[in-house]
Amino acid sequence: MIDPLITGLVVFVLATFIGFEVINKIPPTLHTPLMSGSNAISGIAIVGALLVAGDKNWNLTVILGLLAVVLATINVVGGFLVTDRMLQMFKKKDVKA
Amino acid sequence: MNLSEFLPSGIELSYLVAAGLFIVGLKKLGSPASARQGNLVAAIGMLVAIVATLLNQGVLNYQMILVAILLGSAIGAVMAQRVEMTAMPQMVGLLNGFGGAASALVAIGEYWRYMQQAEIPLSETVTIILSVLIGGITFTGSMLAFVKLQGLITGQPITFGFQQPFNISLLIAFLVGSGLLIAHPHSSTIFLGLTTISLVLGVLFVLPIGGADTPVVISLLNSFSGLAASAAGFVLNNNMLIISGALVGSSGIILTQIMCKAMNRSLSNVLFSAFGSAKKFEEAAGEGSQDRTLHTIDAEEGAMMLGYARSVVIVPGYGMAVAQAQHAVRELADQLERLGVDVKYAIHPVAGRMPGHMNVLLAEANVPYPQLYDMDDINPEFDRVNVALVIGANDVVNPAARTNQSSPIYGMPILEVDRAQHTIVIKRSMNTGFSGVENELFYKDKTMMLFGGAKDVVASLVTAVKELN
Repeated sequence: MIDPLITGLVVFVLATFIGFEVINKIPPTLHTPLMSGSNAISGIAIVGALLVAGDKNWNLTVILGLLAVVLATINVVGGFLVTDRMLQMFKKKDVKA
Repeated sequence: MNLSEFLPSGIELSYLVAAGLFIVGLKKLGSPASARQGNLVAAIGMLVAIVATLLNQGVLNYQMILVAILLGSAIGAVMAQRVEMTAMPQMVGLLNGFGGAASALVAIGEYWRYMQQAEIPLSETVTIILSVLIGGITFTGSMLAFVKLQGLITGQPITFGFQQPFNISLLIAFLVGSGLLIAHPHSSTIFLGLTTISLVLGVLFVLPIGGADTPVVISLLNSFSGLAASAAGFVLNNNMLIISGALVGSSGIILTQIMCKAMNRSLSNVLFSAFGSAKKFEEAAGEGSQDRTLHTIDAEEGAMMLGYARSVVIVPGYGMAVAQAQHAVRELADQLERLGVDVKYAIHPVAGRMPGHMNVLLAEANVPYPQLYDMDDINPEFDRVNVALVIGANDVVNPAARTNQSSPIYGMPILEVDRAQHTIVIKRSMNTGFSGVENELFYKDKTMMLFGGAKDVVASLVTAVKELN
């Protein structure tokens, strides 16, 4: 059995390379939406928060987990919505132009 | 195969789908035509990941989780609706901080759970330490960036004596503490100490960075929030977190590099030199700057120059964002076009306080995308431009970057407005830009200064241009 830490490292390094490749050339107009969109993705911490908050018995771990769920949800919902709001403005203008 | 056997594999497969959706979404975010769709794809990926996680048999606390998600969604939705486009840098900073805090809390919660057990595996201790460090720095660093951008404290770099030695000793203390925690994994005192140091480090990291360097620090913190999620993924051995965090981490690094390149400075120079704060740039240009003359004009004269020009290039800067003048600028451009003037916008990559700041504001004001020009595209054209209209920009148009080797901004690529036939500069006062460098552009014979707040000045230009016919 391979140490999960090693597996994690492999996954991490490969995903980093994918990230570099996918986001290589980006027009300046999209810098802000890309940033806020990827910011929303970093709210994936919500998955960890849910796992930590999942216990039915009250203890410190669950409380911290629930707090993390609230913060991560703000990150996710706020991030995707505000990105959409921005991109909507770009859209509107494209039609006009 | 019954359900309880299939479920764990099903969850992992859903994570794979979600990760795929994130990658496709990011890819689509990179092109103007598909960006909005890309954002939606990524959001669906997030939904898949959340639903899959809720099916995990360890997740039982449904009521409270539902309350937490509803609360977070409501706050997030209201924030996203209410925020002014000019305040986007703060918004991104704040959301970043929340993400980082969530990752750190996950690690702290896991540590607490392990504390109840007899043995804490070494790999867990190490990943928890890393996760708390990155998450903590992201949290307080982003919060401080938010507070600075919101204007709650000065946006200028803040330094104090022995700052670097102090930071380094804190880092050493953190390393020693980590060693101690690995030796005594059950010591909550050491763990609390490490958490505190991480939070303090975040503050110290952003404190000396200010003003025009903010785009770099915002994109770097964005990258950190991804790495924090990855670290939390290592703590929980969860590939979904590791992959998504790595994607965000690398996209943030790319943006950071673009920003640094646009200022011709290295990342370490941006982070550690406290640019613009120190008096070390004893004005080499100070000599003679007093007896040089400024040419000021009023809105009527300005309107005449603009209205009778053949081509005008508008150069927006942070001043336009602060004054929320983007709509007035668009109106001015409309009026000029009515008179047959060719209007373009020149966008410097680091104008404003976050990557792409000017583009977002001009998009909000419905400026057609084809009118926006990048630095490399517009610079060769300035020779043929009648009037360059600089609105609240300073360092990005300072010719000293090209000519004066002793200037701290020497070598930074600039918008070469000084090569236009005339330049009109709208500025609140004669204060120097963020870098603290005098701008010789203002003293040139063909440069006209129009003092006042960007919004008021542009509005009076609009009125005056309307009267030309």
